[in-house]
Amino acid sequence: MSKRRPYVRSMDGWWKKNPFYVEYMIHESTALFVAAYAFTLLVGLVRLGQGEAAWNGWLEAMKSPLSLIFHVVFLLAIMYHTYTWFKIMPITLPPIIVGGKKVSPGAITGSGLLAAVVASVFMLGLVWRIAQ
Amino acid sequence: MKSGLKRSNAPIFWSLFGAGGMFSALFGPVLVFITGIAVPLSLMLPSGTMSYPKMLAFAQNFIGKGFILAVISLFLWFAAHRIFHSLHEIGIHAGLGAKLICYGSAFVATVVSAVVLLRLGF
Repeated sequence: MSKRRPYVRSMDGWWKKNPFYVEYMIHESTALFVAAYAFTLLVGLVRLGQGEAAWNGWLEAMKSPLSLIFHVVFLLAIMYHTYTWFKIMPITLPPIIVGGKKVSPGAITGSGLLAAVVASVFMLGLVWRIAQ
Repeated sequence: MKSGLKRSNAPIFWSLFGAGGMFSALFGPVLVFITGIAVPLSLMLPSGTMSYPKMLAFAQNFIGKGFILAVISLFLWFAAHRIFHSLHEIGIHAGLGAKLICYGSAFVATVVSAVVLLRLGF
């Protein structure tokens, strides 16, 4: 083992120095909120499996102010995930050629966001229909 | 024939990440709104939208089962992959332990969901 202790530049907070990396860290961290929401639903599913009283307890817990605040945060974070997911899509997708021309990044992002809006309206309508 | 090259498992995890990312981008916000805001506050949707008989019927329906499993498991496989690969960014040199925690929790959640859904019957 060498006794030398060469200077190693600290990488702490490296991403704070550049707005591009700050945005990157924010959009990556939306995954934490997606996970938290999925775990909330998992608890709900387990409670559903335990019977009516357990399920009603979960529904009641979802009405608590703390839960509502959490879900507003989840909503904002996951909406941001939706936005960034489609914003990055022109880079993550292989080039799409339509009519001999490469589809523009704006068109890809735009259609993705439009699809998300359509999916949301469709889902609300479907739940409304089923619940009638 | 034995190949010297080990087949990478990356495409499997990347596919789950891609599917979960897309699924959560399309349906994540509206699901959070329905289950976490609209139903608890009785906004917009009919009363009893998530009542026990309705949710039980949904979870016993073949399509309903598939949807519930897809939401919980794909959301978690997506999050596990993204969180695992972001650990390096915050100075954690992710090893086997981090891998087990990230992908392991997605795996356990998938198994638990599948078991509960199967036990609820058809």
